Amino acid sequence: MGVPFKKPEALSDMHTHYCPGCTHGVIHRLVAETIDELGVRGRTVGVAPVGCAVLAYNYFTFDFQEAAHGRAPAVATGIKRVRPDLVVFTYQGDGDLASIGTAEIIHAANRGEKFTTIFVNNAVYGMTGGQMAPTTMPDQRTTTSPFGRNVEEVGMPVKIAELLSALATPGYITRQTVIKPKYIIRAKKAIKKAFTYQLENRCFSLVEVISNCPTNWGLTPLESIKWAEETMLPYYQLGDYKTPE
Amino acid sequence: MGKVLMKGNEAIGEAAIRAGCLNYFAYPITPQSEVAEYLSRRLPEVGGVFLQGESEVAVSYMIYGAAGAGERVFTTSSSPGISLMGEGLSYCAGSECPVVVVNIMRGGPGLGGILPSQADYLQATKGMGHGDFRILVMAPASVQEAVEMVMASFSLAEKYRGPVMILGDGLIGQMMEPVEFPEHLKAEPVNKDDWATNGMGNRKSEKRNLIRSMILDPEQLNAHNLALKAKYEQMKREEVRYEPYNLDCDYRILLVSYGTMSRVCRTAIDQLKEEGYEVGLLRPQTLFPFPEEATTEAASRESCRAVLSVEMSMGQMLDDVERAVMGRRPVSWYGKCGGEVPTPEEVIEAIKRLDQSVTH
Amino acid sequence: MAYCHSIEKDRCKGCGLCVEVCPKEVLEISSEVNTKGYFPVYQARPEDCVFCATCCRMCPDVAISITEEPEAKAAQA
Repeated sequence: MGVPFKKPEALSDMHTHYCPGCTHGVIHRLVAETIDELGVRGRTVGVAPVGCAVLAYNYFTFDFQEAAHGRAPAVATGIKRVRPDLVVFTYQGDGDLASIGTAEIIHAANRGEKFTTIFVNNAVYGMTGGQMAPTTMPDQRTTTSPFGRNVEEVGMPVKIAELLSALATPGYITRQTVIKPKYIIRAKKAIKKAFTYQLENRCFSLVEVISNCPTNWGLTPLESIKWAEETMLPYYQLGDYKTPE
Repeated sequence: MGKVLMKGNEAIGEAAIRAGCLNYFAYPITPQSEVAEYLSRRLPEVGGVFLQGESEVAVSYMIYGAAGAGERVFTTSSSPGISLMGEGLSYCAGSECPVVVVNIMRGGPGLGGILPSQADYLQATKGMGHGDFRILVMAPASVQEAVEMVMASFSLAEKYRGPVMILGDGLIGQMMEPVEFPEHLKAEPVNKDDWATNGMGNRKSEKRNLIRSMILDPEQLNAHNLALKAKYEQMKREEVRYEPYNLDCDYRILLVSYGTMSRVCRTAIDQLKEEGYEVGLLRPQTLFPFPEEATTEAASRESCRAVLSVEMSMGQMLDDVERAVMGRRPVSWYGKCGGEVPTPEEVIEAIKRLDQSVTH
Repeated sequence: MAYCHSIEKDRCKGCGLCVEVCPKEVLEISSEVNTKGYFPVYQARPEDCVFCATCCRMCPDVAISITEEPEAKAAQA
């Protein structure tokens, strides 16, 4: 999207509650742009998580359902199975998808449910005040790993894109980020590809988006962008992990 | 179409289809897996949706999603699986999504046993999940009644926009009895465009719908809970169902019993009648709302000496019976809870013991 | 084609990401607080703006937009 540039119709006017510099807002906008461009706002249903994006439905102008923590893929399965004509997506964070909801996402992906998941990975539990997540980096300090994540005790961070791409069922699994403009452009393409696969009734799609959390990382917005690029991107490598072709 | 001989679990599955519900999500668990097995063959025949979810937890949210999108949906499970659905049913109640759930009860607590029980009464009627909500609970005593209750449940779920539960037990699920599917119980189509997330374009509306139960403002949440409470009060006024048995005579003891257990009570009553000893039975067909007035009235008959709650549990219905009897008569309970169904002789024994203890 | 760059002051949370990514160093954080209590961004050197929309793309709050001006305006070069 170049010039002219304005807020997409699928995004509401409401000022978000997200922290200054948190890229949730960017990801929301990319999803909204995609929905506008594909012309599907009238038949889209979003499924909101429990996490910072619990109020995501306030920022979109189409049908939405709340889900319990981790259960968004089950809710989305219910909606899409009974109404395959609707465009359904879930928007989930680390705790939601990589902790309490891991069974749900694996099984939805394995069944090849024809909805799209946007998975925001910022290596921490934001909404509840910065606790450790399964995706927290080694030695990263959080409120429940005050001495740094000890991988001897709690293992290495979970790589969801790799995990899901190991399933035999065809799907589109990709990892992107939105911490800098060049990445934002690629992320947008991936998100649009994911939704397009759904419109073609092709496969399950998941876009893991490496994001920042300035507040709970204890960094300024600019410092958090740097930390994400230097610490997270080498571990959580970007790219397409699986395509249905 | 005449009567057919069907296994309870299968009849329950067929009943949903005949009522007009073509969407089923479930997880296998003894003693009700036959519902899923039956519907996995039957639903594709009628163009319906069948999905075996990965767990009862997931299933409870699949039905929430489907109901939120405006489609009729139901699930079946058994005691431990129903526990897993507690949070999901709280969400359904809070976001006002109509769902039907069938619990084919088995022995508990924990993994328990696979034989029938009635040990989920409190869970269903008092504590299905967190928060201020109730669910409408119906208890069939035969396969035919299970069919009729399942068929009626969809309209009830839509009327009250919340969960409705059919509380059966392993016996009802497993036994075979002749059944028919009354046409008049087929649920009428309902327009859900006011609230369902079925696509703004499909509703030709610019107003989007939101299915949610989170209300952070305390005043608004209080108002929401008051509105939910009003629904439950309406259920109490309009949906009470019960069946009297041998109540128009001078019975000495009143039995309160539901489901499979009530059938054994009837046999006990019939046997005692031959000896000239009269016992009455009040059989709740709705457990929430409980037939309080009818129970008060039945217990207050002059000839009645005491009330006996007969259940396949450790007396979960006792509190409701005691409250309805309002202290007018002594209330006691008899039951077994390992999966054995008490015999008529054992019930008779319990009645006679109770009679002796109050005749001093 | 002429363009108009506008910043919705009260949407801006002063995160500074747009300032960092602007290839022409047009933007700076203002010293006047907005109604939300943040110090919003402003175009310090609007004449250098090439309307690449990178700031728009980076902004998590969709506070910046670029619109088309059908008639050429005196302010645009």
